[in-house]
Amino acid sequence: MNAQANDAALTATSNSPERYYTYGYLDEQTKRMIRRAILKAVAIPGYQVPFGSREMPVPYGWGTGGIQLTAAIIGPDDVYKCIDQGADDTTNAVSIRRFFAKVADVATTEDTAEATIIQSRHRIPEHPLKDGQIMVFQVPQPEPLRGLEPREMETRAMHAYEEYGLQYVSLYENVSAFGRIAATAGYPVMVDERYLMSPSPIPKFDNPKLHNSHALMLFGAGREKRIYAIPPHTTVRSLDFEDYPFETQKWEESCALCAADDSYLDEVVLDDQGQRMFVCSDSHYCSDRRAQGFRGPMAGHELVDIDKGAGQ
Amino acid sequence: MTMTAHQETIDQADQPLLRVRNLSKHYGMITGCRDVSFEMRPGEVLGIVGESGSGKTTLLNCLSGRLPPSQGRVEFNASRHGLVDIYDLSEPDRRRMQREDWGFVHQNPRDGLRMRVSGGANVAEPLMNLGRRHYGDMRQASLDWLNRVELDLSRIDDKPRTYSGGMQQRVQIARNLIHAPRLVFMDEPTGGLDVSVQARLLDLMRELVRDLGLAAILVTHDMAVARLMADRLMVMKSGAVVETGLTDQVLDDPQHPYTQLLVSSVLQI
Repeated sequence: MNAQANDAALTATSNSPERYYTYGYLDEQTKRMIRRAILKAVAIPGYQVPFGSREMPVPYGWGTGGIQLTAAIIGPDDVYKCIDQGADDTTNAVSIRRFFAKVADVATTEDTAEATIIQSRHRIPEHPLKDGQIMVFQVPQPEPLRGLEPREMETRAMHAYEEYGLQYVSLYENVSAFGRIAATAGYPVMVDERYLMSPSPIPKFDNPKLHNSHALMLFGAGREKRIYAIPPHTTVRSLDFEDYPFETQKWEESCALCAADDSYLDEVVLDDQGQRMFVCSDSHYCSDRRAQGFRGPMAGHELVDIDKGAGQ
Repeated sequence: MTMTAHQETIDQADQPLLRVRNLSKHYGMITGCRDVSFEMRPGEVLGIVGESGSGKTTLLNCLSGRLPPSQGRVEFNASRHGLVDIYDLSEPDRRRMQREDWGFVHQNPRDGLRMRVSGGANVAEPLMNLGRRHYGDMRQASLDWLNRVELDLSRIDDKPRTYSGGMQQRVQIARNLIHAPRLVFMDEPTGGLDVSVQARLLDLMRELVRDLGLAAILVTHDMAVARLMADRLMVMKSGAVVETGLTDQVLDDPQHPYTQLLVSSVLQI
């Protein structure tokens, strides 16, 4: 019956009244509810705000929390970037980027500096973030204490009364087993010296980027129905022991393609003869450097072209 | 000057560590315990004996801040607050007092230990809860304590599930004593253990309690355990205290018919 009206709605520009109701996939009431949760989360840095997470067109674990956050804050003027494992060209990142290009009529980019909203699961881009940018994280488990304390009642009380001794038990276990704090991803942090927070599963390499960041950091856990945030210029401290201070990962190699020695590297196994290469996990950072003329020992390797092919 | 200081020490010693008044707990129509009153001094070991269902565990839970009583007061001489009713404290204050001043040894070590983390971490956790952040010091302290409870130190980094029941119980005891509490609650600490392990554990606990000058409340249905550990005994039946006195006095010269029955039911070899 309404085929014509439907067509009209689809072809309507994004800020025309016909499109308002479903702009950005979620309905207005849901977006208002999520925005209220975001405001509360920003007001109490690191505190997990419960929200009425909705069913999304992807399964839990594929970024439903992050997609809902993005849908609630995105507008037609935004430039959207989505990365998965640091790369712009992986399946999940490409799908989510296309999703928002379609439902929100936004421009998309791979350029970190150009983006206004960057959605991510595992990484914070290497390029320094600036004022006005928003990082959106997809969080699988928002509760840092969950592995040690399964009772939600108890972990909430611990947050309320700032009883965070238990988190050190996991660090203690690390040191007693490996002689150092071996935890690498989702490394617990104290936000504004008040709330203990799990920074999604980003590598601890990225933890220092959370501290006094220029960008707003939003974290959304769809299945666990929690939103939390780090407002810009907030103190974020990674937990450690007095005699085992926090340190980030280091590599002996530099990037095989762009020779970067300051970025987070992924190890790629090339064959079954023991050949391997280390490349930047942030694909845009790496291609940017190659465009500037930096050349690593394996520059021009066929993997570069594979990257290009997938990116299209 | 000296007078005042002297006076203060006397006042301190004069203060009871724990004062319980007319404590009752009802579960709907059912009585858990009723009208229990007693006082405890620092360094005293109080045994609570009685058959199962007599209200021992209800009483212990009420005393240890885990179960609000229906009536009555539980006053504890907390290091931060002085003598206060523990249920008048705010929840964060009460939780902090429980962390700092108390220990709780469960009958089943699985209730008192974190089964997913190593024995060493279990023992060191109370220190971390009190704000200690130096790994080397905490490691040394937990090694010392595991040594004191006679645990094989090479097993320190194993998970408690790989320990025998007796070892688990010893880890639990170390975990509850490492932060030098002023009062330890024990709910049948030797309940599930065989007699030889039980005897060694009792020996150990008696030594530790005496050495540290700990006050302890020991709930047990085992008269031998009570005889060995407790200075004073309270005998409970159907939720009420029927007899109380020095341990030897109660066990050697029981007055109440129920106590007489209890003492005479102990099996002799």
